[in-house]
Amino acid sequence: MYDVAIIGGGVIGSAIARELSKFEVNAVVIEREQDLCCGTTKANSAIIHGGYDAKPGSLKAKLNVEGNKMFDELSKDLDFPFKRNGSLVVRTKDQDKEGLQKLYDQGIANGVEGLRIIERDELIKMEPNLADDVVDALYVPTGGIVCPFNLNYALAENAADNGVEFKLSTKVEKVAKTGDHYTITTNAGDIEAKTVVNAAGVYADEINNMVSSKKLHIVARRGQYELLDKSAGNHVSHTIFQLPSKMGKGVLVTPTVHGNLLVGPTAEDVDNKEGVNTTAEGLGGLAATSALSVKNVPMRQVITSFAGLRAHEDGGDFILGEAEDAEGFFNAAGIESPGLSSAPAIGVMIAKEVAEKLSLSENKNFNGKRKGILNPATLSLEERNELIKKNPAYGQIICRCESISKGEMLDAINRTLGARDLDGVKRRTRGGMGRCQGGFCSPRVMELLEQEVPMSPFDVTKNGPDAKIVFGYNKQI
Amino acid sequence: MKNYDLVIVGGGPAGLAAAVAARDNGIQDILIIERDHELGGILNQCIHNGFGLHTFKEELTGPEYASRFIEQVKERNIDYKLNTMVMDIAPDKTVTAMNSEDGMFVIPAKAVILAMGCRERSRGALNIPGYRPAGIFSAGTAQRLVNMEGYMPGRKVVILGSGDIGLIMARRMTLEGAEVQVVAELMPYSGGLKRNIVQCLDDFGIPLKLSHTVIDIEGKERVEGITIAEVGPDRKPIPGTEIHYECDTLLLSCGLIPENELSSNSGVELSPITSGPIVNDSLETNIDGVFACGNVLHVHDLVDFVSQEATNAGKNAAKYILEGKKEAKKTLEILPVDGVRYTVPKYIRPEEMDETVTVRFRVGDVYKNKAIATYFGDTQISKRKKQVMAPGEMEQVVITKKQLAEYPDIENITIKIEEA
Repeated sequence: MYDVAIIGGGVIGSAIARELSKFEVNAVVIEREQDLCCGTTKANSAIIHGGYDAKPGSLKAKLNVEGNKMFDELSKDLDFPFKRNGSLVVRTKDQDKEGLQKLYDQGIANGVEGLRIIERDELIKMEPNLADDVVDALYVPTGGIVCPFNLNYALAENAADNGVEFKLSTKVEKVAKTGDHYTITTNAGDIEAKTVVNAAGVYADEINNMVSSKKLHIVARRGQYELLDKSAGNHVSHTIFQLPSKMGKGVLVTPTVHGNLLVGPTAEDVDNKEGVNTTAEGLGGLAATSALSVKNVPMRQVITSFAGLRAHEDGGDFILGEAEDAEGFFNAAGIESPGLSSAPAIGVMIAKEVAEKLSLSENKNFNGKRKGILNPATLSLEERNELIKKNPAYGQIICRCESISKGEMLDAINRTLGARDLDGVKRRTRGGMGRCQGGFCSPRVMELLEQEVPMSPFDVTKNGPDAKIVFGYNKQI
Repeated sequence: MKNYDLVIVGGGPAGLAAAVAARDNGIQDILIIERDHELGGILNQCIHNGFGLHTFKEELTGPEYASRFIEQVKERNIDYKLNTMVMDIAPDKTVTAMNSEDGMFVIPAKAVILAMGCRERSRGALNIPGYRPAGIFSAGTAQRLVNMEGYMPGRKVVILGSGDIGLIMARRMTLEGAEVQVVAELMPYSGGLKRNIVQCLDDFGIPLKLSHTVIDIEGKERVEGITIAEVGPDRKPIPGTEIHYECDTLLLSCGLIPENELSSNSGVELSPITSGPIVNDSLETNIDGVFACGNVLHVHDLVDFVSQEATNAGKNAAKYILEGKKEAKKTLEILPVDGVRYTVPKYIRPEEMDETVTVRFRVGDVYKNKAIATYFGDTQISKRKKQVMAPGEMEQVVITKKQLAEYPDIENITIKIEEA
C-alpha cells in the first residue's frame, strides 16, 4: 500500500513527487507512456510567465507569481537550462492603450515585480525587429525561458533519487475508493494507495470523474508552433507577446533557452485528446500573425513544427486540492498556461496538503540537488580534454547539428529514469533536435540504445512501444 | 599535434580528390578530417552503379568509386583522422577539431578546403502538416539503414520528391521487397536525372505524379497513411484532388542543402541561391586561403564533376600555400540571367585564371530546344543548342583564358538561356 499514488509523470506530477519526497513517504508516480514528459509538458511555449495575465485572486495568478520566483534557485539545484530574458507585451497603433494598462494593473495586483510600460523609442532599442506598427509595450523583466523537458526530467529524477517510485508504461483504467484507500486499476495490475493525486493532464477530468461527483470537463486546446534554426535565434532577445484583441490572443515570438526561435501557438479546441497533429491552416497562419508584432521573421528557416494540447477546464482556472466529496483524492487539473510557470508552486501546494492529510514527517535524508547531463560546450579546452581523457565517449560527436557527443547520449540512457527511445534521447540531450532533424544521427542513436538498454534493433522506437523504426533485416519483411 | 599546411574538412569524394591534387602539386603536410568512421563519405551507402563513367570510363558502384580515391590517398601517405569532428574554423584558418583519442585540438593551417558535403531537407523544413510518427525518413537516412545497417525501414512506401536519392531508393526498397506506391513531386518536372526516372521508376512500374505534394500524415506512433494532392501553379493544393495511400513509410527526397554552418561561422560569404560559398575561378572563397568544392559548394548530380572540381580546389590551395596570395589585377563577375539560376564560380580573374575554367550552373525551369549563350560584355562568344535542359541536370560552359584576353575591356560575363 502506497501513501500516495500520483497519476501522470508530466511536469506537474513530477513537481508534486519531488516536493513529496521531502517527507517520509511511500509514493509512486504512474505514467502511461514509456517515458516521462510525453504530454502537454513536451509541446508548449517553454515560457516562464511573469504573472500579469491571470485574473487577480485566481489560482493561476497566485501560483504563477509564486512559481516564477522559484525558478532561479530550482534551476541551480536541479541543473536545467533557464534564463530570465524578460517579456514584452506589445501594442500596435490600432489597439487601445487601456488594454495594456489593464494588464499592467492586473500584474501589480498579482504581485509581479518590475513592470513598466515602455514607449516605442526605448522599445526599438531593446528589440530592433519589432513591427513598425508597434507603439508601446508592457515590459515584464521577470519573464523567462526554460527547457521544459529537462525541467520535467530534473524534477522526476530528483524525486526518484529521494525514494519516489516511478511506474512507466502503466495506464490507469479505473480509480475507485475501497474502504479507507483507493484501488487504481492499470494495464499492469492494481495499485493501492491511501491517497491519489490526479495530474493526468488532458485526461484529468476522466480520472476525477471516476471518484468525484463534482464533475470536471477538460477540452484539449491545440497549439501549433514552428521552430526556427539557431541562425534565427537572435531575431528577438525577449519573449514578444501580442496584446490580446478581438482577433484573439495572438502568437508569441521568442528565443528558446537553447537559442532557436519559436513562433506560435495557435489555439483551437479539438475533440481528440490525442490530436497533436499540425494542420496546413494552423501553420500557414503563423507567419502573418507573428508579423503583427515582429517583422521579417525568417520563416524559411523553419526546422520543425509541432502541436501540443493544453488542458482547458470549463471553469477557466486550475483545479487544485482535495475533492470535496472524495477524501484523499487530490486534483491538479485544468493545468493550462501558466502551468509550466506554476509547476514548482503547485508541487509545494499539493505536497503540503497531502502531507498534512497523512501527517507525514520530514525526510531528513532529502537531497535536493540533481546533476544534469553535462554540456561540454560550457567547458574550457583544457577541461574538455581532461573529460575526454577520462571518458573518450565525450570526444565523439553523434549529433552534428547540435554537437552532442556519445558521452552525453550514454548518460541520457543510463541515468535515473533514462531514455528508452530516440525521442527520449532527443529531449534529454537535444541530439536530433537540430537542423537535419536526426537525418544523420538517428541510425547512430538507435545503435546506442541497442547496446546500452540493451534491446533488439527491431524494438528501438521513436517514441513509445509502437513507434517502430525498422521492421526487420533486408528481404525479411 | 603535428602542424599541417592544408586541412581538408571532409573525407568524401571532394575531400579525397582535393587531397590527392594538393599532394601532387607539392604540399607535404595535409590532413583530411572525417567525421564518420571511414573515408568515402556518402558514396559508401550508394551501392548502385553508374559512378565514374566520365572519370574512369567504366561503371562503378559508389564504394568502388570512393575506394579508387582512398587508394590514391593511402599511396601518397596523406594523413587523415576518422571519427573526428571539426568544431570551428576561425577566419585566420585555425581549425579546432575533436575526437576520442586526441581530445580537442587546434591546427593553425595555411589553407583550408571545405568539403563537408550536404544534408537532406527534413520533414520539418518542408513544413508538411500532420502527426509526427515514426516512419518518416529522408531518402538518404533510409539508404543508410538499408545499405549499411541492413535494416528495412518500411513495407508500404510513399515517396515525396523526385530527387536522385529518392528515385534510387524507390528501386532499392522495391528490390528488398517493399511496395513503393507512388513518387509525388511538387514541381511540374522531376528534380532527378532522366536516367534515374527510367531505371528506377519506369522499369518497376512506379508512378511519378508531378505537381503533387503531401498534405497530411496520419498515424500517431508509426505512419498509417499519407494524403497527397495536386498543386496549382502557385504550388498550393487544389481541393478535390486528394488521393489517400495506406502506407507505413514516407521517404523524403526534396532537395539537398550544402552544410555550411562551419563556413558561415568563420565568415565565408554564402550564395542565397546555392547555399554554398561564393567563389572565384580558383574556387577560393572571400576568405584568403579558404577553398570549397563538392556538394558543400553547390549540389552536384554526378560525382565525376565533384572529383574534377575538387582536383582544382586542391591544386589551387597548393598554389596558394606555395606562392602566397596574389592580388587579382582584374575580376569579372559572371551574371546568371534569363533562366540561369547561378554560376560556380561567380568570379573570374582573367589574368590569374587557368587556361580553361569550367563554369557550372543550373537552369530554373524545363527548357526545350533552347540554347545556352555566353556573352563577354555585350558580345556573344558562344551559343550551344540543347534539346532539353532541366533543373535536375547541371549544365556547364567552358571559358578559356585565351578567348578572354581578346576582350580586355569587358566588365562582366553573362550566361543565359535564349532562343536556339
